[in-house]
Amino acid sequence: MHEVDMTKCLILSIEEWAEKKNKKKIVVEKINLKIGEFTCVEPISLINTFNAAVLGSWLDSSEITIEKIPFEGKCSKCNKLYFPKKENGYKSPCCNFNLEEIISGRELKIASIDFKEK
Amino acid sequence: MHLPISDKIELNILHQNSHQAEKNKVKFNNYNLLCLNIMSSPGAGKTRLLEITLEDLSKKFHSAVLEGDMTTNLDAARLEKLNIPVIPITTGRACHLDANMVSGGLKLLEQKINPYSLDILLVENVGNLVCPAEFEIGEHFKVALLSITEGEDKPLKYPIMFREADLILITKVDLLPHLNFDINELKSNIASTNPKADVIEISSITKSGFDLWQDWISKKILKFKNN
Repeated sequence: MHEVDMTKCLILSIEEWAEKKNKKKIVVEKINLKIGEFTCVEPISLINTFNAAVLGSWLDSSEITIEKIPFEGKCSKCNKLYFPKKENGYKSPCCNFNLEEIISGRELKIASIDFKEK
Repeated sequence: MHLPISDKIELNILHQNSHQAEKNKVKFNNYNLLCLNIMSSPGAGKTRLLEITLEDLSKKFHSAVLEGDMTTNLDAARLEKLNIPVIPITTGRACHLDANMVSGGLKLLEQKINPYSLDILLVENVGNLVCPAEFEIGEHFKVALLSITEGEDKPLKYPIMFREADLILITKVDLLPHLNFDINELKSNIASTNPKADVIEISSITKSGFDLWQDWISKKILKFKNN
C-alpha cells in the first residue's frame, strides 16, 4: 500500500508550497497530478488515500485530479515512437526490438495547484 | 473570496523522499562508501545471499548492512553472526524502506562505527516487488533478485522493479533440474524490460555464480573509490 507513503510525500510537498503562499490566506481547490502509466501508482487508490488522509484538515475541501500520461517508448533501431505492451514484452512493433528508451510514462508529478485567496 | 489561481509547480510527488535520498547520497559520497539497494520479493534469498557474500567480501572490504524488515529482527540477527555492523530497520506497516528510514539507520550506524572506515553498505530492502522500486534511498546501484520458483513472467508483471535494477541476480538456479522452468524465457523477459541490466545466475546452495557477483561488487567498489 505504497499509495499511503506517496500521499504522505504529496501532502508534505503541498504544505511546503502553501507555507510560501501564506497558508492561512488560501484555500486549495484542486491538486492536479500527472501520473505515468509505467509507474507503480494506481490513480484511484491515490485519490482514495488522499481523501482519507486530509479528512478534517485544511485540505479537506481540495480535490485531486489525475492526468494519465501514456507509456511511450522509442525503437532503438528505427527511432519510431510506440506504445509498449506487456503482452508483446514491451518490444517495438516495427522492428521487434527491446525497450531501451522510455519517452514518457514514468511521471509522478504535481503539475499545478488551483487555489483561491481568502 | 478571489477568483481561482492556478500555480504551475511541476514537482515530483516523491520530492520529499528524493530530497532526503539525495542527502543520504551526499553522505555516502562524503564517506567514500558505496551503497547497494538489494530488492526482491519475500523469500527470493536476499538474506542468504548476503550471508554468503559477506563471508568473503568482509575479508577484502569493510562492510556494513542496513537490514529492512516489516516486523522482526530475524534477518538482522542472522547477519550479526558475521561480526559486521548490522542496523535493523523495522518498517512497521510500510512495505518498503524510504530515504528517511535509511537516514535514521545511517545515524545509528555512525554511532556504532566510524563511517569513513567503511567501503560498502548493503541495504536489504523489505521483500516486495512493487513499492521499493519507486522509493530512492540514496543508493548508487540497485540490485534485484528473482528466484526461479517465482516464474519466468515476473519481469513483465513487475516491470518497474526490473527496469530500475542495475543488476539482476537469478537465484536458486540449483533447482533448475527439478522444475519445469525455461531460464531462456526469463532472460528474454528481463531483456525486454531492461536490456541494459547485468544478469548473473546464482545459487546459494552450490555457490555457483558467486564469483561473478563478488567480482561485480569489487569492481563497483574500486571504481567508486577511484572516482
